[in-house]
Amino acid sequence: MIAKLLNPLALVLLLPASALAADGLDTGDTAWMIVSTALVMMMTPAGLALFYGGMSRYKNLLNTIAMTMVAYCLGSIIWVMWGYTLAFGPSKAGLFGGFDFFFLNGIGVDSLSGTIPTYVFLLFQMTFAGITVALVLGSIVDRMKFSSWVVFTILWLTFIYAPVAHWAWGGGWMGSMGALDFAGGTVVHINAGVAGLVLSFMVGRRIGYGKEAMFPSSITLTALGAALLWFGWFGFNAGSQLAADGVAGSAFLVTNTSAAMGALSWMFAEWAVTRKPTVLGLASGVVAGLVAITPAAGFVSMPASLVIGLLAGVLGYVSVSKLKNMLGYDDSLDAFGVHGLCGIWGALATGLFANPAVNEIGTGLFYGNPKQVWIQFLSIIGTAAFSAVGTFVVAYITKLITGGLRVDHEEEIVGLDNAQHGERAFEIQNV
Amino acid sequence: MKKIEAIVKPFKLDDVKEALNDVGIQGMTITEVKGYGRQKGHKEIYRGAEYVVDFIPKVKVEVVVADDQADAVVAKIREAANTGKLGDGKIFVYNVEEAVRVRTGETGVDAL
Repeated sequence: MIAKLLNPLALVLLLPASALAADGLDTGDTAWMIVSTALVMMMTPAGLALFYGGMSRYKNLLNTIAMTMVAYCLGSIIWVMWGYTLAFGPSKAGLFGGFDFFFLNGIGVDSLSGTIPTYVFLLFQMTFAGITVALVLGSIVDRMKFSSWVVFTILWLTFIYAPVAHWAWGGGWMGSMGALDFAGGTVVHINAGVAGLVLSFMVGRRIGYGKEAMFPSSITLTALGAALLWFGWFGFNAGSQLAADGVAGSAFLVTNTSAAMGALSWMFAEWAVTRKPTVLGLASGVVAGLVAITPAAGFVSMPASLVIGLLAGVLGYVSVSKLKNMLGYDDSLDAFGVHGLCGIWGALATGLFANPAVNEIGTGLFYGNPKQVWIQFLSIIGTAAFSAVGTFVVAYITKLITGGLRVDHEEEIVGLDNAQHGERAFEIQNV
Repeated sequence: MKKIEAIVKPFKLDDVKEALNDVGIQGMTITEVKGYGRQKGHKEIYRGAEYVVDFIPKVKVEVVVADDQADAVVAKIREAANTGKLGDGKIFVYNVEEAVRVRTGETGVDAL
C-alpha cells in the first residue's frame, strides 16, 4: 500500500521484519510496477476517452476526446514539474508536500521508493493525477470552452489533486489518521466526482436539457472504453500494492469480481425497471464496480467484493436514473453519479470489510474495529468538502482568466467539434 | 401513366422488389426516409433518460407504370409489404403527364 511506504512512522510500526530486511531494489516489483504504470496510462487517453466520447453527442465526440487527452498531457507535464513534489515532498503540517523535488530535483536513477525506483513510483502516481482530472470532464461535456478546460486542469491538478494525494498517500493527515484508501477511492473518485458536480453547477445545464433527446454518439465506443478501463484497472488497483506479491494478487481478484458484479447488478436493475438490459448499463456497471472496489482492493477478501460490486451497480443505476432527475443537475456523463457516489460507497465499505487476514494494515467493522468506519467517514467528508470548495474557487479563477467557462449559444448548437476544433468525428455520406 | 409511391418497412423492401419483378416491372427508385403515422415513434432510455424517437426509418419505393397495370401493382405491393401490424406503411398513386427515356428520346409508356 502506498501509505505504508511513504509514512515513515507506519513503516516502522507496521512492516514485518522480513520486509525491512528486504529493503532495496526488487526487480520483480519494479517490472510489475512499470507494467502497471503503462496499464494505468492507457486508461485515460484510450479507456476514458472512448468511454466518455461514446456517451457524448455526435457533434461533441472529438471535443470529449480532446479534453481527455489534453488532461493527460497537462498532468504529465505538471506532475514532473511541481505536482509530484506538492503531493509527495516532505509534509508541511500534513497538508501538502514541500518543494524539495521541484522539477524532480534530487531524484536520480538510484533513488528508491520502497523496493522500486522513485522514477517508476512517480510515474505510476502521475498516471493517477492524469486520470483523476480527466474524470471530472464527464460532468461538463457538450458545453465547456476548451480554453477554460485547459486552465481549469492546470489549476485543479496543482491546488486540488496534489494536496489530496498528499493527505492520503504522501504522509498527510488522512493517512496519519489511519484512513484506508488502497488505490484512490477518496483521492481519485470522490475528489473527481464532487469536483464534477460543482463544475456542472457552475457551467450550467446544456441547452435543451430535459427537453431534447441527447443521444450518445456511439455505445460501441463506450463499451470498448469500459473494457479498456477494466483492463487498465488491474494496474491501477493491483499496482497500488507497489509490489508483485500476494496482496497485489488479491487486489487483482477482488477488482475483477467487483467489476463483473457491478455490471450484472446494474444490468438486472435496469432490466427489472425499464424492461431492457442495455449495453450502456452493462458498461456503466463495470465502471461502478471498479470505482467501489478501488479503495478496498488491497484490504478485502473475495466475498466482500461480491457485496461491494453488487451494491455499486444498484447505487450507480439509482443515482443516474432517479437521483439526478430529482435534483435537476446536468452531470452530462455522470461523473458524480458513478465516480462520486460509488467512490463514497467503496470508501465506507473499506471501513466495513477490511480484513486483517488479507492485509494487516486494515481492520474493518466486521473484524472488530468499528472506529475504522468513523475514520473512513472523516476522510470522505474531508475530501468532498475540500474538493467542493476548492473546485469552486479554481473554476471561478478560470472563469476570470478565460472570460467565461462556457461556449456561446450558437457554438453549443453547432457542436464543439466544429466550433472549437474545426473538425468532425465522422464522415459518413449516404451517396 | 401512374406513379405509385409506396412507403414500407425497410425489411420488406426485398419482398416488394421481388413481387414487382414478378409482374414485369423493370425498374424502381428507392429512398431512405423517416416519418411516423399511427405507429408513432418509440422510446429509447439511456441511463434513465428517456427519449422519444418520433421519426422511424422507412423506405420509399417509386415506380411508374402504364394505367392498366396500376391496380395490379398496388395490390402486389400491399400483399408483399403487409405484416398486419401498425407501421406497415402507405401507398399513394399519382397521375404522370409524361416520361422520357434519356438515351433514346422515347416518350410515354415506351419510355418506362
